[in-house]
Amino acid sequence: MSKVMVVTSGKGGVGKTTSSASLGAALAQAGQNVVVVDFDVGLRNLDLVMGAERRVVFDLVNVVQGDAKLPQALIRDKRVETLYLLPASQTRDKDALTEEGVGRVIGELRERFDWIVCDSPAGIEKGALLAMRFADLAVVVTNPEVSSVRDSDRIIGMLDSKTQRAEDGGRLEKHLLLTRYDAARAARGEMMKVDDILEILAIPLLGIVSESPDVLSASNVGSPVTLHNPTSAAGRAYIDAARRLLGENIVVDTPPERQSLMRRLFGRKAAVA
Amino acid sequence: MADLLDPRQSRLADMPEGLELPHVTLRGRTFMALVVTPAFPMATWFAAFDQQMRGAAGFFVDRPIVANLAETLEAGGPEAVFIVLEGLEARELRLIGVEGVDPALLAGTRWERMPKTLHGRAQTLEAWAETSPVAAGGERSPAPVTSSNAPSLLIDRPVRSGQSVLFEDGDVTIIGPVSSGAEVIAGGSIHIYGSLRGRAIAGLRTGAAARIFCRRLEAELVGVDRLYRTAEHWGEALHGRPVQVMSDRGALRLTALD
Repeated sequence: MSKVMVVTSGKGGVGKTTSSASLGAALAQAGQNVVVVDFDVGLRNLDLVMGAERRVVFDLVNVVQGDAKLPQALIRDKRVETLYLLPASQTRDKDALTEEGVGRVIGELRERFDWIVCDSPAGIEKGALLAMRFADLAVVVTNPEVSSVRDSDRIIGMLDSKTQRAEDGGRLEKHLLLTRYDAARAARGEMMKVDDILEILAIPLLGIVSESPDVLSASNVGSPVTLHNPTSAAGRAYIDAARRLLGENIVVDTPPERQSLMRRLFGRKAAVA
Repeated sequence: MADLLDPRQSRLADMPEGLELPHVTLRGRTFMALVVTPAFPMATWFAAFDQQMRGAAGFFVDRPIVANLAETLEAGGPEAVFIVLEGLEARELRLIGVEGVDPALLAGTRWERMPKTLHGRAQTLEAWAETSPVAAGGERSPAPVTSSNAPSLLIDRPVRSGQSVLFEDGDVTIIGPVSSGAEVIAGGSIHIYGSLRGRAIAGLRTGAAARIFCRRLEAELVGVDRLYRTAEHWGEALHGRPVQVMSDRGALRLTALD
């Protein structure tokens, strides 16, 4: 049975696209048939993060408007053969998408794939609403800071009211993916703590991805971190998150918020130096 | 006012200007519109108003304002009405209506097309509120809805940021948190079995008899009847504690329940 999963956040720059690519790749590495769909029409990025930017011919808008067939627009990943990308258009804007067109494309994708990962644009407008519209479950990407948490809260409210599943009286499954987490800064009180975020958002935790240069370098070479550096902390966090999505019961590894030995011995100055 | 408040709960008492300036009263007409009633002397009233706007800018953003100018007209004549309207406009408030003045007065001005009387249930409520006694604990004239069949609203999920719960007919009970950026507005009392992090405004219909209860106070703003307070007006002492909010002889009173 196929699952449509929206990766959303409200706020921009928290790691939606990185997380879409990494979770999509991790699911595909686990043997699932996966397509990652870029809904950020006008600001397409997913093709870059997945290293497919030089292979884009047709895009989501072409398929929604009927100018191209779905197989023409799908790009198969060169590293994992069960991973596909449906890119966004860079030259159009979000008004080029219609609800019925998106619904038809999602319906076609459901026939071919186990997982349809929808990478939502930032904001709460049409693009974000269409990305979540047909979702069965949602991954809410949040950074440990108050503005991101409040925006995520807003998005959760919209997931509970503006999706087709919610309108049909169902409850959408929602998971929290905490990204750019820095245990040392959380311990110093410069970031929100995991428990506080969970208390506010009140949805189950899918995983914690620590702030790491591995994520940035993977994006820059056009490879999801789960492929580029699967043994890195970030890579393992995404792989574990994907396994949880597949129903495995793995305890979420919370980076320790206690002070490091160096800090305990020498205080802040030593740790900074 | 200050003597009614526990000094721990209010920093208003420490502000010298807080004692000098009249408290600007705002009445929730619906969850959307606020009624402002400018009073003489105008300079003082606007100074108080500006101070409140600074203290609770978010409260006024995008919120339609209705100006009740009856008192202005009575005390200052027609010129004063225009000065007040210009003053409100200069503050970039969304003035959507004027009441308490003869429509003919505004003819030929740019406020000519502004609604002069706002019809509907809201006005009936308003009229009722005007005639009912204000003294706390005093007997009220019968409300349109009797208490025996007063309806209530139960919400058993979190009220998320950006969501607004408006229930003019009675009490609202929420099982779960009210997030930062969310608001709950009730005709009667509000009961929150969870953290209150957003806004809660009670007593749209029952006035000063309404109360707000929450299991954990982290609110941005609470209001009962015509009074409201933003978070900076109550001290750290109440933060995170179970609290009730009530209107006590014309002042808003917050007390811990534990």
